[in-house]
Amino acid sequence: MSGTFVGMPAFPEAAREALADSQLRHNLAHATGTIRAKRAKVVAEVADWEELRLAGAAVKERALRDLDTQLVRLEETLTANGATVHWARDAAEANAIVAGIAKAHAAEEVVKVKSMVTQEIGLNEALAEEGISAWETDLAELIVQLGDDLPSHILVPAIHRNRAEIREIFRSKMAAAGRPAPDDLTDEPAVLAAAARDHLREKFLRAKVGVSGANFAVAETGTLVVVESEGNGRMCLTLPEVLVSVVGIEKVVSRWEDLDPMLRLLPRSSTGERMNPYTSVWSGVTPGDGPQEVHVVLLDNGRTRALADEVGRQALRCIRCSACLNVCPVYERTGGHAYGSVYPGPIGAILNPLLKGVGHDDQTDSLPYASSLCGACFEVCPVRIDIPSVLVDQRAQVVDAHRGGVPKPEAVAMKGAAYVLGRSRRLSVVERFTGLGMRFARRFGPAAWIGARDLPDAPGESFRAWWMRTDGGRTDGSRKEDGTDD
Amino acid sequence: MRVALMVTCINDALYPSTGQAVVRLLRRLGVEVDFPQAQTCCGQPMVNTGYLDEAVPVVRTFVDAFAGYDAVVTPSGSCAGSARHQHSIVARRSGDEALERAVAEVAPKVYELSEFLVDVLGVTDVGAYYPHRVTYHPTCHSLRMLGVGDRPRRLLEAVRGIRLVDLPGADQCCGFGGTFAVKNADTSVAMGADKARHIRETGAEIVVAGDNSCLTHIGGVLSRQRSGVRTVHLAEILASTEGVLR
Repeated sequence: MSGTFVGMPAFPEAAREALADSQLRHNLAHATGTIRAKRAKVVAEVADWEELRLAGAAVKERALRDLDTQLVRLEETLTANGATVHWARDAAEANAIVAGIAKAHAAEEVVKVKSMVTQEIGLNEALAEEGISAWETDLAELIVQLGDDLPSHILVPAIHRNRAEIREIFRSKMAAAGRPAPDDLTDEPAVLAAAARDHLREKFLRAKVGVSGANFAVAETGTLVVVESEGNGRMCLTLPEVLVSVVGIEKVVSRWEDLDPMLRLLPRSSTGERMNPYTSVWSGVTPGDGPQEVHVVLLDNGRTRALADEVGRQALRCIRCSACLNVCPVYERTGGHAYGSVYPGPIGAILNPLLKGVGHDDQTDSLPYASSLCGACFEVCPVRIDIPSVLVDQRAQVVDAHRGGVPKPEAVAMKGAAYVLGRSRRLSVVERFTGLGMRFARRFGPAAWIGARDLPDAPGESFRAWWMRTDGGRTDGSRKEDGTDD
Repeated sequence: MRVALMVTCINDALYPSTGQAVVRLLRRLGVEVDFPQAQTCCGQPMVNTGYLDEAVPVVRTFVDAFAGYDAVVTPSGSCAGSARHQHSIVARRSGDEALERAVAEVAPKVYELSEFLVDVLGVTDVGAYYPHRVTYHPTCHSLRMLGVGDRPRRLLEAVRGIRLVDLPGADQCCGFGGTFAVKNADTSVAMGADKARHIRETGAEIVVAGDNSCLTHIGGVLSRQRSGVRTVHLAEILASTEGVLR
């Protein structure tokens, strides 16, 4: 299955390992805390932020409800603009299309704009199998690629690395990939960035084929948009002769003016900037300027599956800003690798199961439970995806997918609880054993709880028993009320 | 106005003093509450773990118990949120239209304690006295699902004798999250440890919140650390008066 790191354990096990990594915990707490504060500051500057969120959600919702028409329209306008449109049902089809285009130009390497979708489909690995090197040109993606590592954040894929680690990666790995790091490389951010710039520059100037994703695709005008900070994207989009953009079908917006709320929401939510440094906008081929051969691969890879999910389809509104990751108390402690996917954090916890379906593998089924349902993600989402509600719905789908076989202990416990809680008389019988139960639990209870947390003392009687004994506190309890409880 | 107390299953079984405090507090404010004996639980443990079918009989019992009341008061933001936002999902799943109608009737009348005090009764000074150094943890569901805002804080600020100290990172989840606390115990404890650290930084004797479920988790961590910090439910502080040593 694409989009998931192969062989990752279910979330609780992966999280346990991550939680024990003190360097990771420190890096993440610092990095998420910093971005969180920046976002809060620039969002507070916008008086009509809530209206803007509503507008952003409406733009995406409108396009998604009309997706079939919007996509055909996008194909028409892109084609009219001189682009070649390809349709890919899944990762394998998309990868084969990109590899085919590169081979048609005898390209042994491509330069890449940072793109989530090409990671989702494992494009770099697929191209490598065809003997084509795919070079990441975003600084953080370069760090991940050189370190033979996995991304752990949507926007800041090397968030789990600090600058000392980055220096080591550059010193030991850059030479094998091209221009080596200078001998006097320090861990100063500006020095590290300069080394990356020199390393990448020769790749930009040499590559014949550029590969990108897109943040938005405008159906009305046949336009793709890439939003970025470093300018590497602009290089990849303008220098090569051939440009291939892999675009998830949910990226379409219907009209040009729909970009207005989106381009205001994205940078503030994402990097905590009022405006991102580079916004590249291109409509097919411009004769004599930029790539003269432009391809667009429209990718499904589970998106129509997600669209069919009544509660979950709102996840397709996602603009990959990663605000939900930065505020998530779970993500802040476990980091992104624990989610086993290029889409980590709260959005990953719903997007992966939605794209792939639940009930097939334990890793995917564990993701909807990787949340305390605190709701911080929904609060910051620029397109108002109600992630907690989708998580709960996905949990129900996981449980339903496993109904019918030999029930797990949890399912037995839930059925037992449903029986007891279905009638107050049954509950009051069980409550007589609360004291005994708590004494038992203190010694033999689930290690998951008592391993790190004490249990409270059990009261002498339940509230229910007290109410009956004292007539709701109106007597001292010496006169016994004969209440009925059913 | 006919007012019912929805005490919640966890308070019923483990924290009767919280339910008693609500009764005492509301009685002092001139409101006699009923305790419909048929009540059990809001069904949230099932819903949030994905067991919707199992939640159906529990939600049915809930609406049967609380039908006909003008207001249902509960000392739990989480359980109020469950009734207001999730019961309709369970009812729809059941395919029982009568249950859907009953939920639509009862759910909007469910109030978390601070909402009931401030919005329905219109009081912030409930005449309480509580001479302790206290820090307040706003629970996630009260904050984000219900939107109680600063109501609990305003109620606490009006308490005589109290020294209310700010909790750093107050709006960060404590890590309880229902079955999350067990299914993802390591992450839950990591979050709880950070919450406990922030609480201890305040130098408070007592951490107060509007949900005993979160406080069971927070208190469990604080107790294991022998921190000397106690957890107390909001209702118990608001019910405290002069002349009573507790």
